[in-house]
Amino acid sequence: MEGVKPAVELDLSQRTLREVNDYLHHKISEHKGLTVEILNPAGAHGIAVGLDAPVSVHVRGHAGYYVAGMNKRASVTVHGNAGTGVAENIMSGTVRIKGNASTGAAASGQGGLVVIEGYASSRCGISMKGCDIVVGGNVGHVSGFMAQAGRLVVCGDAGAGLGDSLYEAVIYVRGKIHGLGADAREEPMTETDRASVAELLKKAGFEQDPGEFKRVASARTLYHWNAEHRGAYG
Amino acid sequence: MCGIVGLLLKKRDKRRDLGRLMTPMFTCMAERGADSGGMAVFGKPLADASRRFSLFTSARGYDWQGLLQSFRQTFQGEAGDGEAAPARIEPLANHAVLVSSVDPSRVRAWLEDAEPSVHVLSVGRSIELYKDMGFPNEIAERYGFAELSGSHCVGHTRMATVSEVTPIHAHPFTAGEDFCLVHNGSLSNPYMLRRMLESQGIAFDTDNDTEAACRFIEWRLAQADTLDTALRHAFRKLDGFYTLLMATSDQITLVRDPFACKPAVVAETDDYVAISSEFRSLAHLPGIAEADIFEPQPEEVYSWKV
Repeated sequence: MEGVKPAVELDLSQRTLREVNDYLHHKISEHKGLTVEILNPAGAHGIAVGLDAPVSVHVRGHAGYYVAGMNKRASVTVHGNAGTGVAENIMSGTVRIKGNASTGAAASGQGGLVVIEGYASSRCGISMKGCDIVVGGNVGHVSGFMAQAGRLVVCGDAGAGLGDSLYEAVIYVRGKIHGLGADAREEPMTETDRASVAELLKKAGFEQDPGEFKRVASARTLYHWNAEHRGAYG
Repeated sequence: MCGIVGLLLKKRDKRRDLGRLMTPMFTCMAERGADSGGMAVFGKPLADASRRFSLFTSARGYDWQGLLQSFRQTFQGEAGDGEAAPARIEPLANHAVLVSSVDPSRVRAWLEDAEPSVHVLSVGRSIELYKDMGFPNEIAERYGFAELSGSHCVGHTRMATVSEVTPIHAHPFTAGEDFCLVHNGSLSNPYMLRRMLESQGIAFDTDNDTEAACRFIEWRLAQADTLDTALRHAFRKLDGFYTLLMATSDQITLVRDPFACKPAVVAETDDYVAISSEFRSLAHLPGIAEADIFEPQPEEVYSWKV
């Protein structure tokens, strides 16, 4: 077992964002298990984007757009809210938002886990391609739009147009669904679904009952253009 | 991308800080790529008949005192130019605030005729407005935004995608009295709105899409709609993307289009309500760590009273 390493502190009120990200990109790849504390984020955009190292990063405050975007292997926790496109195109690792996330959380994420403890705004998981997302609160409108693979678990309610034009991603919602998007449909929960939800809730550290979730998946009628379905493209 | 900012101070004794708190919000949003910017500030209302006319000219070294003299000669002996309350002018670079109680429509008509290079940016008992081309830091410096005081203000940093870049095309836009609007987004049917309004006798200053939204909403207000009802009409009539922030003499109001395509974030404490396109322009505000921070929902009307 490795000894506990002291955390490295990077203060964004003292250093430029470029210096901080340069450190995260080029100076830490050999330090497995390193913890980095980023102080005074003040809503700056692009904090801790493009990481590719097995390290832990804690952002102490609210972050701006694309925090932890393209994350690989790292575990990034934002102790506050996150702006547009948190963990956009995440490849692996974990991104956790202790507060709320703005629009397009985990957009096009290909792997890894994104946990939003508060609410996520509109278009959460848009075009996700294999990542898992667990949201403690509600998600906004058109979440899961064109989602291709992966799982989106919503412990609260889902806004209108949920799962519009879904491909093979699956959405689980515990609360009210304010309207399904084109080609999304509610389907019966299977044992596999319940096991999936249980696994993701456990990873996220949430305690909801997997039996309370509904499954939303693609009816697969829009995969290929068919003039008879033109009404569904509304 | 355009940036919108708004700040309403809830406590009277804090109103001197309005400009000091607002200016960093405004200059921060310049990082969204601004070509011009503007600010409308609402202060203590003038007495009943008096109005502030925020004026602008692109002519260099314009003789504002000459304009005042000519104004006084024209309206000599009329209300507002008597000895008790003579018309006065407060010049600031190529802007000036004319204070008078002559009927606003007559002031406008006189300016159009006698001083066609001078544009009326706003009219009202409370509103003052400054807008210009250039980088917002320079605009804030030029017009002393940090020293502005009042109960509330709205500002805008513009990155034009529709219509020209000129001071008159910058936001805020105004219509009627003590009403202004800033917009992030673009409308796809401004000419339809415009034709409808022009048939009602409403004149436009520019070909800008935001002006159409501004005049539409003010037209509904003039039809005795509340701002809330006017905005319900606007939701049905406006086609396009918009986050709109409006101000009247005693409130600020925020709405987003049905898809919430354009950003907005609100931070509220016991002392203020602050609105911006991005959180980072609010990060300097006192007590922000404890503020209630949220994103407004699509097609919901959010209003805060002074």
